[in-house]
Amino acid sequence: MNEFLSVFSVSLFLATIRKSVPLIFASTGGFFSERAGVINIGLEGMMLFGAFSGAIISVFTHNPWLGVLGAAIVGGLVGYLHAIATITLRANQIISGVAINMLGVGGTIFLCQVCVSGERSFSLGPADRLPVWGSFIPLVYMAFLVVGLAYVFSYFTVPGLRLRAVGEHPRAADTQGIDVNRTRFFAVVMSGVCAGLGGAYLPFFSGSFAKNMTSGQGFIALAALIFGKWNPLGAMAASLLFGFADALQETLQGRGGLPPQIFQVIPYVLTIVALAGVIGRSVGPAAVGKHYRREEKD
Amino acid sequence: MRRWLICVLVCVFALAGCQGGEKDTGGAKTDKLTIGLVLSVGGLGDKSFNDSAYEGLTKAEDEFGIIPLYGQPEQMAEDEKYLRQYAEQGADIVIGVGFLMKDAMDKVAAEFPGKRFAIIDAEVDQPNVASLVFREHEGSFLVGAIAGLISATGKVGFIGGMEIPLIHKFEMGYTEGVKYVRPDADVLVAYAGSGPQAFSDPVKGKSLALSQFDRGADVIFQAAGSTGNGVIDAAQERGLFAIGVDANQNYMAPGHVLTSMLKRVDVSVFQIIKDVVEGKFEGGIHVYGLEIDGVGYALDEYNRDLISDEVLARVEEIKAEIVAGTIQVTDYTATH
Repeated sequence: MNEFLSVFSVSLFLATIRKSVPLIFASTGGFFSERAGVINIGLEGMMLFGAFSGAIISVFTHNPWLGVLGAAIVGGLVGYLHAIATITLRANQIISGVAINMLGVGGTIFLCQVCVSGERSFSLGPADRLPVWGSFIPLVYMAFLVVGLAYVFSYFTVPGLRLRAVGEHPRAADTQGIDVNRTRFFAVVMSGVCAGLGGAYLPFFSGSFAKNMTSGQGFIALAALIFGKWNPLGAMAASLLFGFADALQETLQGRGGLPPQIFQVIPYVLTIVALAGVIGRSVGPAAVGKHYRREEKD
Repeated sequence: MRRWLICVLVCVFALAGCQGGEKDTGGAKTDKLTIGLVLSVGGLGDKSFNDSAYEGLTKAEDEFGIIPLYGQPEQMAEDEKYLRQYAEQGADIVIGVGFLMKDAMDKVAAEFPGKRFAIIDAEVDQPNVASLVFREHEGSFLVGAIAGLISATGKVGFIGGMEIPLIHKFEMGYTEGVKYVRPDADVLVAYAGSGPQAFSDPVKGKSLALSQFDRGADVIFQAAGSTGNGVIDAAQERGLFAIGVDANQNYMAPGHVLTSMLKRVDVSVFQIIKDVVEGKFEGGIHVYGLEIDGVGYALDEYNRDLISDEVLARVEEIKAEIVAGTIQVTDYTATH
C-alpha cells in the first residue's frame, strides 16, 4: 500500500503539468477553430511546424523568446493555409487538415535537413533555452494564461460571442451583420498560433528537436477538446487528466504489477467513454464542418 | 488562385520527398566502388546509432574514394524500397542499418543473389549477406559496473527506446553489471514505447528520466537513439548523470555524461567496406565484442575527472575477466 501511495507525490504533480502543456495549448487552438465552425484535425501538423520553427529560430538567433514568437507566427501561417483552403477555396475541412499533418511531417524533415546539413534532429545549446521560472519554463505559465484569455474572450466579449455565433448558426450571424468568413479566418489563424506554441514547448522542454516529435499529441488534444465539451476550461481539465494518465504510466513503469500499456490507453478509453455520452452529452458547435455562402440556401 | 496553391503544394510535397543524400553518379562507368547505406528510422542527427554508421561511410569515402549513397527511410515500410533501389543502381554493397530492417533485408538479398549486402544488429541467413552483430551486453555490463560504483543513492536507471529484444539485451547486461559490483542496488527500468517512434522522442526520454531521478536514481543509462538526448538533458538539468550509448556522447553535457557505452557501428561499416574494396568480402556473422573493442566504454577529457582511479582499475579488471570468460554476461537475445 505504501508503495502504491508513494506514486502520488509532488513529482507526479509536476510531471502531470509538464505532460499537459502541449495538450492545453493545442486543445485551446482546436477550441477557436471548431467553435467558429471549422474542423481542425491539422493541429498535429501545426504543432510540428511550431516545434521545428521554435527550435531552429532559437538555434540560429540564440534568442529563445524569438523562437517562441516565431513558433506562434509560423503556427498562425499554417493556420492561414488551412483557412485559405477551407474558407476561401471551400475545400473539405478534414482533407485540408490531413494534408497539413502530412505537410507537417514531410515539411519539417525537409526543412530540418536543409538547415542542419542533412540531419533529422538537432540539439539546442545552453543559450538557446528558455529560462526556468520556479519549476517550469515560461511556456507552462503561458498555457494557463492562454486558456484564461480564451475563456474570457469567447464568453464575455463581443468578438468572442460573434466567433461562437458563427460556429453555431452562420446565417443568423450574417443577418446580424457579422462577416462570417472573416471571423472564421481569424479563428483558424488563432488556432494555428496556439498549436504552434504547444509544439514549441516540446523542444524547449527536451532540449532537442527530433523528427515527428509531436507523436500524435495534436490528435489527443482534439480528444481533450471533445472530452471537455468544446469549452476551454473543460479542454484544459481534460488535458490535465490525459497528462496525468501519461505521467502515471511513466512513474509506474518497471514497478511490477500492471503492464504500463494499461495506463497508456487511458486517454483513448476516456475519450470513447466521453463520446458514448456517459459523462453527459458532448455536442459540438452546430455548424462545424459546414461551409457558409450567403447565396446558398441552408 | 486554386491552381497556384496546388502548384505550391505539389512542389512542397515533391521537395519533402527528396530525402536521400544521394550524389549523382551520372551513370558513368568509373572504377570507384559504390556503397549504399540505408539508415534506421530516427535518421541522421541522433548523435548515436545512425550518426555512427554514417561516420563509417564518410571515413571509407575519405580513405578509399568510394561513391557513397545513403537514404533515410521515413518509416519501416520504406526500408525495402531503399535497399532494392541501391541494389538496382549497382551498388557494390548495400548496408542496412538496424534490427528493424531484418525482414526487408532477407527479402531483398534473396532477390539479388549476385549482390553483396550487410546488415547491422540482425542475423540474416543468406550467403550474400554479412550480419554485423555486437556483444552489447558486455559493453552494457561495464557501464553498469561504473554506474553501480559511482552511484551515491544505490539506485540507478535504464531507459530504452523501442521495447524489442535488442534493447532488452542492453538492459540485461547493464543490470547484471550493476548487481555484480553492488548486489543490493536497485535498477529502475523504463521504455519509451513499442513503436519505432520511441527512438526519436526526446520529450518522452526527458520525462521518463526526470521520473527516475525523482525516485532516487542518480545515474541513468539510455539506449534509445535521439530519445536519449532528452535523458542527457534531464541529467544536466538535475546535476546528475546519464550514460551515453553507441557513439561517444560524453561531450554532449560535459560533467553529466558519466561515460558512454561504445558500440562501434562506424568501425563495422568501415570494415565491411574495406573488405569489399580489398575483395575479401564474406557473408555470415561478424561479431564485434569486447576483445576487439567492438564494444566498450568511453573515457576522454570530458569524463576523466568523474571516474576515480580505483573505479577505473576495477572496471578494467572486470573487462579482462569478461574477455577471459571468467565473467559470463547473459545475452538476452540468445536466451529469449
